[in-house]
Amino acid sequence: MDNLKNFKKIDSEKITMLVLCIVFLLFPLIASAYDVLNMSYFFSMVFLSMSLWLIWGLTGIFSFGQTAFFGVGAYAYAMISMNFNNNTMTIVALVGALVIAWILALLLGYFMFYGGVNDVFVGLITLCVTLVMATFLAQSAGSQWKIGSVLLGGDNGINNIPPLSIEIGSIQFSLVGTYQYYFIILVLIGFYLFLRKMQHGKMGYSFVAIRENRERSQLLGYNISLLQTLSFSFGGVLAAFSGVLYVTWGGYISPSAMGISAAALPVVLVAAAGRNNLSGVMIFTVLYYFLSQKLSVSGSEYALVILGFILIMVILIVPKGIVVTIFNALDRLFSSRRRRDANDTASDTKQAGTY
Amino acid sequence: MLMTQQAILSRQELTDASDALIELSQVTRDFGGLRAVDHVDLTIRRGELRGLIGPNGAGKSTVFKLIMGIHSLTSGKILFNGTDISEMPTWQRARLGIGIKMQIPCVYGELTGYENMRIAAQNYMKNNEIKGEIERIVELIGIEHLLLQEVNNLSHGQQQWLEIAMTLLSNPDLLLLDEPVAGMGPEETAFTAEIIKRLNENGFSIIFIDHDMEFVRQISKKVTVLHQGATFAEGNINEIESNKEVIEIYLGSDSSEGT
Repeated sequence: MDNLKNFKKIDSEKITMLVLCIVFLLFPLIASAYDVLNMSYFFSMVFLSMSLWLIWGLTGIFSFGQTAFFGVGAYAYAMISMNFNNNTMTIVALVGALVIAWILALLLGYFMFYGGVNDVFVGLITLCVTLVMATFLAQSAGSQWKIGSVLLGGDNGINNIPPLSIEIGSIQFSLVGTYQYYFIILVLIGFYLFLRKMQHGKMGYSFVAIRENRERSQLLGYNISLLQTLSFSFGGVLAAFSGVLYVTWGGYISPSAMGISAAALPVVLVAAAGRNNLSGVMIFTVLYYFLSQKLSVSGSEYALVILGFILIMVILIVPKGIVVTIFNALDRLFSSRRRRDANDTASDTKQAGTY
Repeated sequence: MLMTQQAILSRQELTDASDALIELSQVTRDFGGLRAVDHVDLTIRRGELRGLIGPNGAGKSTVFKLIMGIHSLTSGKILFNGTDISEMPTWQRARLGIGIKMQIPCVYGELTGYENMRIAAQNYMKNNEIKGEIERIVELIGIEHLLLQEVNNLSHGQQQWLEIAMTLLSNPDLLLLDEPVAGMGPEETAFTAEIIKRLNENGFSIIFIDHDMEFVRQISKKVTVLHQGATFAEGNINEIESNKEVIEIYLGSDSSEGT
């Protein structure tokens, strides 16, 4: 019955996401191939913000390490796919990259959370891991640094990474251009629906309980370390998936994708959008990459400057996050009924005061 | 003093220990150089309602925290239902059936009352039972009006109610209530006493901590007095109240405490 009420309750967030979903599913029909290609890139990066929403926004683990797993996914995919040098093996490379990232995230999570590390120290440890990884890869320029036949390439990174290929019967095609676009957006919609469902289910509430008060949650029978490790490792997989999509899109990865400014970017994006709200985080990420590309035409890094300015404004004026505040304002504007509705049932519809 | 203590303690030994729900034996906890809990023995039988009293700093809340595993034991042993839980992590003890209401209301302030209760319930029942169970408990305590509000907006007393309700949702074998009526008015206190008695009649074993002797007398026949971390006296409420040494340590040290 709760679910039914939830479903009936229309708000600006749901309408926005539905409209965006339809628009972007039809996007390749109306836009140029160049724009479609760019959108694929923006959507690839959304998975990175999604991973941070999961572990920070939902579970309350503050991590700078998402770009490390992004890099692990990207490098692992490059290594596996280029060593096999066979298009049909790219799916294996995708799965392999995700498994490697998952195991690494599980290990790092295990040592942190079972070791009782929490809060700001998780941020520090994950930042260190990220920087160590970036520094190590940056100095791997010599010919002695290779895995199989593929050179790590130091600061120059790896080029000519093959795109994903799918083989159905005798038909084989590469996921490039519009195919890649649809692959990414369908997976994105799938993950979005899955995570939203999870958020309002048992697992979601367990994560929220940990975010809100760890001591209390222990007393209610929650195994904090296990749940934190689970969330962190799944976040690592999502970030690695983002990395794989990125390299299959551009065919290129370098250590700068893990550097300190790259590591800070998802944190800033998620914080500015409103870290509790998945839809907001996704929308804001796409907006940022769109804006940053438009501005990059005029040279220099204006987008970062603007983002920094937005973040300061958000902290001062709308601490809940910019997109979340817009959602709330729209809800108040368009339905005076909504407030009464929210009193019909508080069940599951209002999580953590985000909407 | 020793004589009285022994006389009262020996009465305890006559009770049958075979249906003990929880047994603390020689439980000790040091904080740095300070011994907060000093070789405490405490046995609660199934279905018992026990008051734990004593002046400030007597170690009452620390005993609760040792039972829950929030603090580890320096030495001693805790048996729950015959299982040694001394080394068990807190969450496992909670799953075994020990529920606690902390001294300071400890709830999820950013969430609604319903969400608080959902989080409290979901580890102990199937998803489709949660709603019915919450409704049952809420009706029992009479806090329907709190369900839809953000908990930060509730009064101190209301948060206490909510926390008791959350603790009940796990249907614990043993219920630890740390000052259940702190911050409540006389009517609310009487109502709480009524609820606690009713819960006990329904089979909950309860240990509670309180300063208010009037309240303790209302609900409990048997009390344990802690003083400076050690068991000072144990027995029937009437005996304890007429015990001069108890009165002395309890009221004498700080008379504002006893009222």
